[in-house]
Amino acid sequence: MTNIKLDVNDITVTYNNGHTAIHDASFSLEGGTVCALVGINGSGKSTLFKTIMGMVRPTNGSVTLNGLPIKQALKQNLIAYVPQTEEVDWDFPVLVSDVVMMGRYGHMTFLRIPTKEDRRQVDLALEKVNMSDLKNRQIGELSGGQKKRVFLARALAQQGKVLLLDEPFTGVDVKTENAIIDLLKRLREEGHLILVSTHNLGSVPEFCDHVVLINQTVLASGPTKTTFTPHNLMITFGGALRYLSLSGSRLHEDEDPRMVSVLTDDERAAVFYGKGKDDSPHENLLWTDGAYHTEPERGKRDDLI
Amino acid sequence: MLEIWDFIVLPFSFPFMQRAILAALATGFVCALLSCFLVLKGWSLMGDAISHAVLPGIVIAYLLGLPLIIGAFTSGIFCSVATGYIKENCRVKEDTVMGIVFSGMFAFGLVLFSKVDTTQHLNHILFGNVLGTTAAELTQIAVISIVVSIIIILKRRDLMLFCFDPVQAKVVGLPVKLLHYGLLSILALTIVASLQAVGVILVIAMLIAPGITAFSLCKRFQWMLLIAIVVSVSSTVLGTIISFYIDAATGACIVILQATLFLLTQIYSYLRLMLIRKQLPVS
Repeated sequence: MTNIKLDVNDITVTYNNGHTAIHDASFSLEGGTVCALVGINGSGKSTLFKTIMGMVRPTNGSVTLNGLPIKQALKQNLIAYVPQTEEVDWDFPVLVSDVVMMGRYGHMTFLRIPTKEDRRQVDLALEKVNMSDLKNRQIGELSGGQKKRVFLARALAQQGKVLLLDEPFTGVDVKTENAIIDLLKRLREEGHLILVSTHNLGSVPEFCDHVVLINQTVLASGPTKTTFTPHNLMITFGGALRYLSLSGSRLHEDEDPRMVSVLTDDERAAVFYGKGKDDSPHENLLWTDGAYHTEPERGKRDDLI
Repeated sequence: MLEIWDFIVLPFSFPFMQRAILAALATGFVCALLSCFLVLKGWSLMGDAISHAVLPGIVIAYLLGLPLIIGAFTSGIFCSVATGYIKENCRVKEDTVMGIVFSGMFAFGLVLFSKVDTTQHLNHILFGNVLGTTAAELTQIAVISIVVSIIIILKRRDLMLFCFDPVQAKVVGLPVKLLHYGLLSILALTIVASLQAVGVILVIAMLIAPGITAFSLCKRFQWMLLIAIVVSVSSTVLGTIISFYIDAATGACIVILQATLFLLTQIYSYLRLMLIRKQLPVS
């Protein structure tokens, strides 16, 4: 399998009403990566997503996938997408299996009549997200976590090499969140490139090995270990984050210069422990190949999906 | 039993009624198919807008000596494209723009109509005149209905995805722009074909009622299409027969029947919900 490569070259997006949502943004990513797109609401996250999906054309610059312009990449079914839960019309008269089948449209002929292979892929995808029993339910009859998993299954059935998830953790219980994270890790091991837009800071170091920080432009892009620092996060979020730190005599009895920093937007907090504002996230929270270092209950995650 | 049979068969002994029933059947069928997509896409107002906007096109086509259908179609499409363009380029919401564009065009059409001496009756354009359908008009309605129905039936899966999740449609490589304007064009065509039966004012009911009635009854899109067809065809045909007997406006009779069916399904859904609630143990 050839490794996938996404290049965002110096793009600027100005809407017809004159609003520039994002300017001079550049970064590039390769397969086998889970990358978090982090920024406040209105920072241009969703514009960047739309540009990568070809919904919005950049006024300047270009986005290419393996050197192909997005339009051609879409024709080859390279990109799959999981929408935000709020964007879906849950009253729409479709069953779970109908929705997952929508992932196969790009593989079908002109009349979109499903073949045996299409049906097999749909069943397989439903199995992977543990939703086989619910395939004949109307989508509005599902719980929050199940709703999310239907669309994950659709993305899986599409067999795209690049997966975009828009705020996958809003309105989702911890169990589903863990299940999604597990699935993403497995996909990363298979060489997929996964882009997650999120403002859920706490979970970023757990499963993302790369971060792109955004506010109207790309402020920083790099491995989580070096880029996801309190300093960078404070620049990205400005005053929108709560910042707490413990250091000196309140934390240690000796002269240890390290301090505990907690950054939170009142959802899940990002916790740092080190000598200053340029630290990497705490090692116990970082995902390195294999397993987590600590917290034995994490091991149970594997059997959730 | 025999009396009911007579009630239905008697009108068909008149040639004008035969043409009327066929026209009603054709429009009922194509409107039913389209209504499912309009309801799910949330384009009900778009249907109303296009139907009103055809008026100036009809008058202008008459002045230029063109077939009226071409004028009506161009005018309807112009309304929807102009709405889209204005929305893209200013801060106003789409439904607001649409409201002013279509009522402006309709008013312009009314003024033109009163200044130009046409052979058309304003009442027939506004409220339809299915009992007066000529053979040529019937052919036109039949051709449009068949062509539009075939397109919708063949591309129903693409159109359904376009309504449900346009982003996914784009991502799997469907031509989203083409689907958008394609759906608009067949909507305008269908409206033009339906004018004969129900007229400018009431055509919107034909384009919503079957879809929304079917929507409240089923969980799958295929069933929604089928139920919409049954609702629409039965109410158009029955409405035409009733109007023959009570000597009332045909379009109005059809729409009353559709509204009644919609009301009945709402009552049915409500009762079913009550029944389910009753069966649940009180916690």
